[in-house]
Amino acid sequence: MSDALPAWPQQLDPQMIARLVAGLGHSGALGTRFIGHGADWAELAIDYREDLIGDAESGVLASGPIVALMDIATSLSVWIKRGAFRPQATLDLRIDYLRAATPGRTVIGRGECYRLTRRVAFVRGQAHDGDPADPIAHVTGTFMTTDEG
Amino acid sequence: MSDNPALLLPPYGGFLGILTDRDAAGALLFRMPFGYRVVGRPGFLHGGAIAGLLEIAAVGTLRDALADDPGASVKPITVTVDFMRGGRERDTFAAALITRLGARIANVEAFAWQDDRDKPIAAARMNLMVRRG
Repeated sequence: MSDALPAWPQQLDPQMIARLVAGLGHSGALGTRFIGHGADWAELAIDYREDLIGDAESGVLASGPIVALMDIATSLSVWIKRGAFRPQATLDLRIDYLRAATPGRTVIGRGECYRLTRRVAFVRGQAHDGDPADPIAHVTGTFMTTDEG
Repeated sequence: MSDNPALLLPPYGGFLGILTDRDAAGALLFRMPFGYRVVGRPGFLHGGAIAGLLEIAAVGTLRDALADDPGASVKPITVTVDFMRGGRERDTFAAALITRLGARIANVEAFAWQDDRDKPIAAARMNLMVRRG
């Protein structure tokens, strides 16, 4: 199981989420930025960068950073819907690559928690590079809490 | 089979610090050293980095199988990642198996492990579009 961002037992607030996303390890190295959130969703962005390219000839971003972006956005959506941080691990994540991201464009990912139980969270989301109606990727996944209770 | 497996890695492979090697049988082996860039929760690998390693292993192994066709290109259609164990602060290895390589579609499975190859920390199934040169 993959452990996502750290679980801090503070009250959730957007500024803290922004710091959490921008400052840490893998998500920090990717340059992930917090865009916004609602009651059950979070939106993040990563800017185009040459060291994140997956196909040198076309200059298209690798799929890995998009998986990471959606993993982070969907896990944040779970904590937001839950109203508290609890440590959780990704059980599975499926990504459909609808089209290649356009080289040079920022990728924006929105993750939504559409069902929450005591131990398991069900998530879905989409990523786009400017037009939400023309997504580049669709994701579904599940998380499980790793603490007791 | 590619003479230089490092050429199978995209720039994103360098971002993750991934190295390639071949085992005695010639099969590709991918290694991702532990470092700050791949950390999630302190002390654990980030799921996104593990997924990235699995995708690089799957795509690299497929491109290696297509090395005789320099005009061939591959594009991911779907990937499903299962996370079985937390990744800890040490090297992570990955290898992939092409279950079917057709004229247009390839099905590839990839596995990642740390101490024991028989105890994977994550696995991925990928469907990829293949364009022959």
